[in-house]
Amino acid sequence: MSVATAIRERDAARLPGKRDEDWRWTDLRGLIRQVPPPSAEVDPATAGVGPFDALSDERVVIVNGRGAVHIGVEPGETKVVVLRHLSRGDGAHAARVSVEVEAGGRLTLLESYEGDAGGYLAQAGLLFSVGKDAALERIILAEDGAEGVTVSQAEVELSPGAAFAQTVATSGARRQRIEIRVAHPGGHAGLRLDGVYILDGKRHADLTSVVTHAGVDGATGQLAKGVVRDQARAVFQGRIVVAEGADRTDARMGHHALILSDRAEVDAKPELEIYADDVACAHGNTVGALDEDALFYARQRGVPEPQARALLTEAFIGEVVDRIGHEPAREIVRAWVAERLGG
Amino acid sequence: MLSVKNLHAEIDGKEILKGLTLDVPAGEVHAIMGPNGAGKSTLSYVLTGREGYEVTEGSATLDGEDLLALAPDARAARGVFLSFQYPLEIPGVPALTFIRTALNAQRKARGEAEITAPEFLKLARAKAADLKIDFDMLKRALNVGFSGGEKKRMEILQMAMLSPRFLILDETDSGLDIDALRIVADGVNALRGPDRAMLVITHYQRLLDYIKPDRVHVLSAGRIVASGGPELALELEREGYDKYARAA
Repeated sequence: MSVATAIRERDAARLPGKRDEDWRWTDLRGLIRQVPPPSAEVDPATAGVGPFDALSDERVVIVNGRGAVHIGVEPGETKVVVLRHLSRGDGAHAARVSVEVEAGGRLTLLESYEGDAGGYLAQAGLLFSVGKDAALERIILAEDGAEGVTVSQAEVELSPGAAFAQTVATSGARRQRIEIRVAHPGGHAGLRLDGVYILDGKRHADLTSVVTHAGVDGATGQLAKGVVRDQARAVFQGRIVVAEGADRTDARMGHHALILSDRAEVDAKPELEIYADDVACAHGNTVGALDEDALFYARQRGVPEPQARALLTEAFIGEVVDRIGHEPAREIVRAWVAERLGG
Repeated sequence: MLSVKNLHAEIDGKEILKGLTLDVPAGEVHAIMGPNGAGKSTLSYVLTGREGYEVTEGSATLDGEDLLALAPDARAARGVFLSFQYPLEIPGVPALTFIRTALNAQRKARGEAEITAPEFLKLARAKAADLKIDFDMLKRALNVGFSGGEKKRMEILQMAMLSPRFLILDETDSGLDIDALRIVADGVNALRGPDRAMLVITHYQRLLDYIKPDRVHVLSAGRIVASGGPELALELEREGYDKYARAA
């Protein structure tokens, strides 16, 4: 089952659905009876301004999936690149992006998914290769339309000594999945996979990650937090596999959600599969409501209820935002969170 | 200032306040003393509007305005401040941010202009120095990881900055050593004035050595069963609450 193949061959039967264990909470097969025709070609000049445009002059814009794109960073080079995925109208489209950071290089990739009101079906396949002692920070702001369906699928090859850090901030879509699979070699490579979702209406967001630790001395840290309102639904699937012999692996996973209405839903599946003996692994998963005592405390000091809720929720999400390394991008994400929470 | 008449309140269907009547005029400090379970904390929560406390009879007004009809934040904007017995921890929100948000929300509710950032910081520095609070502590998440005494001092700091008109101190002395108690009491006494009134809720007489009350009331089984001058507190310290518990 592959979303990209389903789009290319216009075959809905190839879409993943609830019978696929990995997709049971993000059922595309049941949602999409027929794959829409290919999206219309759009003049990139009409793309407008993306959320991270001010932070770099090196910008890659993919409108309705046209073209394959390569982003390269040479040994020792440092770059900040903006990557925008735009979806316009009702069609289906898929895109491919390859990113290679060579030994000792540093890349900050500021990625956005921007959809309009159309009923599009979009897929992006990204391949990351991070060389020895290279560093890549990927920051994703996903602002799809309420009728859009987007699937972003990344595969990451890490080299020993490399660092890969990712933070997703998403407001969901009709269905949306942001997925990442990482081959972790150990060897003091570091990995951080964070995420934030703020969902309302009938929006759906799925953060899925699979990390496979194959060698000794690897570290993975993951912190995902989210807020769901109305009839929104969030899915968190985090799997960390520590292969036999991948000793001294340090893996920490946390997922914490606030449910702010009776009809909203959060489905979480944190999984640690450990086949090595000498590891430090921990995971925590909580789903709950705002602390009513803290809320009363803030109101007693004069903060009206909606503002008090926003303040406490922003603080809850803020823990993830604070972990973003690139400061200007961090502040853009922080402002986005504040706006989404109506604070 | 505060006028409470025949107040009945219950929580989960259990009546805790059973006809409480109390008047605290402007310029005065009144102490409420009583045994555990008498309804002292319930009184503070009913006056500030905490959810779950249902008033079934009676009234509470501040300068003639019906407090019970107002949301908790509206009461705060009118000058009601409760120093909590157990101040809450607010993860992720620096104390300064919290206090500035509260101050500006109150100002907005009263139709006043927001305080500017430099004015606010100047005020915070001055009040922190008065209370011997390290200013850097105000940059940390409010009350998270603070000791009991630090939390109480942080309550008084907020009180000093928000400058309320009617102050309720709920067991403010608990968790304080003698030095911290003196600092806190100085902070409270600095707020005494002809336009303010205070309700000091305490189990022990000790706090009243530092915050001298004009009147002392004994609360037992949900009602005021005795009232008198400061000497009443001393009598309670000597003889305990037994005779009032029986009277109730």
